[in-house]
Amino acid sequence: MVQTRYTRWQTVTAWLFVAPFLAVFVVFTAVPAVIALAYSFTDIGIADIRHPFDVAFTGFATFARVLTNAGFLKSLGTTGIFIVIGVPLTMAIGLALALALNSGIKHLRATYRAAFYLPVITNIVAAAVIWQYAFTLSGPVNTLLAGAGIVGPNWLGDPNMAITTVILLTTWRNVGTCMVLFLAGLQTIPPDVYEAAAIDGASSRRSFWSITLPLLRPATALVTVLMTVSYMNIFDEPFLLTKGGPLGSTRSVALWVFEQFGQGNIASAMAGSYVMLAIVVVLGLLQLRMLRTTQ
Amino acid sequence: MSNGKPVRTLVLYTVLTVTALIVLLPFAWVLFGAFKSQAEIMAAPGAWLPQSFGNFSNFVELFERRQFGTYMTNSVIVSALAVASNVLFSSLAGYALAKIPFQGSRWVFGCILAAMMIPYIALFVPSFFIIVQAGLVNTIAGIVLPIAVMPIAVFIMRQFAQSVPDELLEAARLDGAGELRIFFGIFLPLVGPAIATVAIITFLNSWNYFLWPLMVAQDQGTYTLPVGLAVASQGARSIDYGLLLAGAIVVLLPVLILFLFLQRYFVRGVAMTGLK
Repeated sequence: MVQTRYTRWQTVTAWLFVAPFLAVFVVFTAVPAVIALAYSFTDIGIADIRHPFDVAFTGFATFARVLTNAGFLKSLGTTGIFIVIGVPLTMAIGLALALALNSGIKHLRATYRAAFYLPVITNIVAAAVIWQYAFTLSGPVNTLLAGAGIVGPNWLGDPNMAITTVILLTTWRNVGTCMVLFLAGLQTIPPDVYEAAAIDGASSRRSFWSITLPLLRPATALVTVLMTVSYMNIFDEPFLLTKGGPLGSTRSVALWVFEQFGQGNIASAMAGSYVMLAIVVVLGLLQLRMLRTTQ
Repeated sequence: MSNGKPVRTLVLYTVLTVTALIVLLPFAWVLFGAFKSQAEIMAAPGAWLPQSFGNFSNFVELFERRQFGTYMTNSVIVSALAVASNVLFSSLAGYALAKIPFQGSRWVFGCILAAMMIPYIALFVPSFFIIVQAGLVNTIAGIVLPIAVMPIAVFIMRQFAQSVPDELLEAARLDGAGELRIFFGIFLPLVGPAIATVAIITFLNSWNYFLWPLMVAQDQGTYTLPVGLAVASQGARSIDYGLLLAGAIVVLLPVLILFLFLQRYFVRGVAMTGLK
């Protein structure tokens, strides 16, 4: 009897303890997700923002307009380029660095790791300022290249180069995260597996493909989803470095949504947000499924 | 193993060192550039080093004429509020989820995972809509509230809380201690490293927080450092890079100093959660 009463009081306490988290979650994640969906079916504009219930229901008109909008489709394509080039590049470098740090080097291991991780904690606005300065026509990067006899390109002014520069900045900032996660994965592989393989005469290349990569699969799955979601939502880098230009060549979906919002096309911005959210949720479910199959 | 293959070891160290130097190059540029005058910046080809590291004119300009003092105060307030709020509320929630068996705890944990998976960029427009309706535009509260209890902080606290032995808490419960008393008297003193990890991750996130404060803050009185720096870098007609690089140093320095001394907490948080 006493035990039951105590448990009920415990339940109340537990809910009180999680209440602050739940409140923030409801107000800034759950409700916004509902709002994004609801307003995607209206014609809400900037003038209606003070009277949020006085808007016309327009069905799928906004979604139809957004999904056929040339600018939106181009931004989806650009985001696709970021993902297809950025994700493998970042992961490959992160994995290479993790393997190098895990290969039994004795000195400076912590120093190297700190150096590779430093860009992750670097403020993006500060980083973008540094890159804008470094990649101007006669800036430090082209001065360096000139020293090697190379005429540096117009990193931020040429559409093809601009997307390269944005990917370089994003890669620089994300490699450290991949490296740390791969390192954690590598440390779960017991060393005697390699010793057994070496006794059986396997080359180090063979061990990498037959032991390291298969056993690293959970880490690889996690990093893949994490990086894909991160590049899917890329905003800060193109916004700060190129403002989506030149000629819209670096305008990601998030940047397109931000611009629609800035121009007062609230309904379009909401619908665009909802498309992003849907893609992220699908990626998240894929992640859960992958984790389940690997377990 | 590496003694047997000196060539391999040498190659490894060379590759690692060259990569590290490339990765660190931007830090050299910002450090040298912040002490250069506009004339030194514009010189082509420019020198690597500034003429003098005693040339603080860029920093003086930032704080005397560009209101970076105000931005810094705002950034400190935002980060302090975020850290205090996250440490308190995430440890309460983490304790409840790991140590009080109650119906619905799995459901709450599902909310944490969902919130961690959804980046705020995907929801910034509807979230801003809520801030407008609440009348919190251009306020510090409007900036801090969405990150007052971050899911990643609750997640970390819950993971740490699971390692606290149940016997300690049960013994106190049998003695008739209430959950609040157990939480403050027994649980909190045992999870010091978790609190440090959460405090550092929260500080990092709130200090580096950019898009949301950019939308909520509408005038210079509420700008945080990243917002002030971003506006300065996009507003000027002829860009004064020396000034902007000095601003970048002001933004970077607190995080860099913290990282130098507390590196293991930064890395631990990432390895535990797979998130930044």
